[in-house]
Amino acid sequence: MKNLDLIKFPFSKNNPITVQVLGVCSCLAVTAQLKPAVVMAVSVTVVVALANLIISLLRNTIPPRIRIIVQLVVVSTLVVLVDQFLKAYMYDVSKQLSVFVGLIITNCIVMGRLEAFAMSNPPVPSLCDGIGNGLGYSVILVALGFVRELFGSGTLWGYPIVEKLGLYGIGYENNGLMIMPPMALILAGIIIWIQRTRNKDLQED
Amino acid sequence: MDYINIFIKSIFVDNMIFAFFLGMCSYLAVSKTVKTSAGLGIAVTFVLLITVPVNYLVNKYLLAPGALSWISPALESVDLSFLSLIMFIAVIAAIVQIVEMIVERFAPALYNSLGIFLPLIAVNCAVMSGSLFMQERGYSNIGEVTCFALGSGIGWFLAIVAIAAIREKLRYSHIPPALKGVGITFIITGLMGMAFMSFMGIKL
Repeated sequence: MKNLDLIKFPFSKNNPITVQVLGVCSCLAVTAQLKPAVVMAVSVTVVVALANLIISLLRNTIPPRIRIIVQLVVVSTLVVLVDQFLKAYMYDVSKQLSVFVGLIITNCIVMGRLEAFAMSNPPVPSLCDGIGNGLGYSVILVALGFVRELFGSGTLWGYPIVEKLGLYGIGYENNGLMIMPPMALILAGIIIWIQRTRNKDLQED
Repeated sequence: MDYINIFIKSIFVDNMIFAFFLGMCSYLAVSKTVKTSAGLGIAVTFVLLITVPVNYLVNKYLLAPGALSWISPALESVDLSFLSLIMFIAVIAAIVQIVEMIVERFAPALYNSLGIFLPLIAVNCAVMSGSLFMQERGYSNIGEVTCFALGSGIGWFLAIVAIAAIREKLRYSHIPPALKGVGITFIITGLMGMAFMSFMGIKL
């Protein structure tokens, strides 16, 4: 496959969340608002892409028996860098994300792509695959964050859009359930439903 | 906070799956039958019960600010907490490996039933987050930490067995073809999460 296809493929046909069902934990927990969702999406994309590149460069020197530990060390080094960066430059978002930045280490997207792709492919396609999967993950995260923040708290990126439009005056109310964790699961289920209705090959029997 | 309070709280109120969505990947992938999901649930509980107290000791005597002062007072100002992610995951990976060897040597029957799940647990977010929550919530002694670890493990076990039982029954219902499999499991988990939300705010 060409490199461009490797970036585009995970968007729809092979989306990490809705098709491969990887990395669901973080996707649901950080999407109550748009801003942490975007920060998380960017962090995961950076980590997946760089981890894929590094492991792919090392792939011929890693003994197969200890490959999991080697992968974990590479990934956790990258995650520590991201964590320290967020603490230094975006402290409030870093507090909101709490343990979920650390949990990028055990995010199944990262380990899954390392095992399935980077261990057996050269560096450039691996980098593209990492970017593609990171972006596929980001799309779902941003969509969930957008819907949940707009309907749950009536704001977007902290900007009180519903209040400015004057909808409260005509009796509109925020749906408090949207910012509750279970609603993220139901919304993700609905996204999967829509995607599989449009794309019949993905349906399970 | 007393022990029973922490124990009950970590099973129901702070349930790993329904309140924090941790360990969702294996929860979605392995919950097709009750038997295998019970095996995975026991394995996760077991690993949490060992790794969280060990990581508590690592955190308390090596990583936390000023933790090294037991070696010599000169090390009072050392703060290694930025290393905690790497240390925790290394401890978890090592302990999972050791547990696997011990179980294989001394309890072959248990090993055969858990076998395939044990190595996977090293990358289960529920296990890693057990250690991270332990660090974040600041429990005061090892007894509390153990109660928290056991409670979280049991909470995870209950959740995965419950969803597996529902999915077994679900095979006989009419679901829109596009929702079959993963889609409907997400929605059911959401509904179960709403039920668990009723535990929120309970103080014991």
